[in-house]
Amino acid sequence: MSFEIKVEKRLGDRRIALAHRSDSGLIALFGSSGVGKTSILNMVAGLLRPDNGHIIVADRLLFDSESRIDLAPEQRGLGYIFQDARLFPHKRVRANLLYGFDLTSPDARWMPLGEVCAFLGITHLLDRWPHTLSGGEAQRVAIGRALLAGPRLLLMDEPLSSLDAARREEILIVIERIRDELRVPILYVTHDRSELDRLAAEIVPVGADAISQCADFHF
Amino acid sequence: MNLTAEEWGIILLSLKVSVAAVGCVTPIAFALAWLLARGRFPGKLLVDALVHLPLVVPPVVTGWLLLIGFGRMGPIGRFLESWFGITVMFRWTGAALAAAVMALPLMVRAMRLSIEAIDARLEQAARTLGATPWHCFVTISLPLSLPGIAAGAVLGFARSIGEFGATISFVSNIPGETRTLPLAIYAALQVPGGETMVARLALISVLLSLAALIACEMIVRRGRSQRISHVL
Repeated sequence: MSFEIKVEKRLGDRRIALAHRSDSGLIALFGSSGVGKTSILNMVAGLLRPDNGHIIVADRLLFDSESRIDLAPEQRGLGYIFQDARLFPHKRVRANLLYGFDLTSPDARWMPLGEVCAFLGITHLLDRWPHTLSGGEAQRVAIGRALLAGPRLLLMDEPLSSLDAARREEILIVIERIRDELRVPILYVTHDRSELDRLAAEIVPVGADAISQCADFHF
Repeated sequence: MNLTAEEWGIILLSLKVSVAAVGCVTPIAFALAWLLARGRFPGKLLVDALVHLPLVVPPVVTGWLLLIGFGRMGPIGRFLESWFGITVMFRWTGAALAAAVMALPLMVRAMRLSIEAIDARLEQAARTLGATPWHCFVTISLPLSLPGIAAGAVLGFARSIGEFGATISFVSNIPGETRTLPLAIYAALQVPGGETMVARLALISVLLSLAALIACEMIVRRGRSQRISHVL
């Protein structure tokens, strides 16, 4: 998978900038809280518009300030796993899982519902309401919902931060299996070093250092 | 309490006027609530103030303004008459129009609160799953604001049932056409020996309003218990 990003964004008096290029299956944006890691994920997802730069995922140009290309989030074909699961409270687990699946053209899907449920161990949750799920269950459903939409790249924003130690392990195993068995590339955001050692990710530091590195680039 | 045919007529007319008023004004109220909750445009403060105007202006003034606008010689009234052959003057439809205008601010307030309570992050999640803005609105935003829409509609209905000042100055007090419950009570008060009639109609209007308010509260609580939304 090819992933290339060069973005710059001014938010208030903060300047968020990152330039990176990688073919790795699991790229981790690493840095302390508040340096703009989530903002970078949002820029990749199309939820936040960079001031300038470009974003290329799997040879597809998602954003380019020069040629004025800016695909809407729904056109980018990326899966986003948020810190909180963000399940739709008025839909049961099954309807949550199928939300993106139904919107994806059949040739872009690569896993049916049954397979995803078996993979994540959530088959028994299908008829439950989101507010009856534990944090770990909700996060697994959220991962399933993103996988069912056939993403080219999974964005994960500290997916373990709202979970206790046992649930963290559970989700970490799921993430490793997504990387190794499903071979979906992952862009992972964290401020926890131990997660990165465990996942053996390619680490991209974000923060004051990253910004000074970007001084070489002329946007 | 056995109701006379006259009393039934008054109640049914009140219900007809209120249902028509709320039915027609609900989509408008929702659109305004959405605009005020989510929109960013110059003059938003002015729109907000205009929507709330019927809440603070004397109802007689609202009725008089409707008379100017929708009367036979009024700009909107003339347009309706010549293009559609519709006249609202001294008709029950005029009473519904007055009730709708008076109910609008309350309905917009309730709906706006429920729209503001929608977690925008859920809409972001829907977009990343492939939903266009319109699909996201229909499948996420609208269902999540339904309790607020329902609460606003019931509140508007209760307000319409009680509408007096704007109605009487706009479409007068015509038995069988514009004489809704409050107007009938007022008329009965003017008649010597009408006290019994007044008491009976007053009781009915209290019961109707109470039922509507309880229904509103129940909708809100149900929404909360399902964690769908928070209104009021």
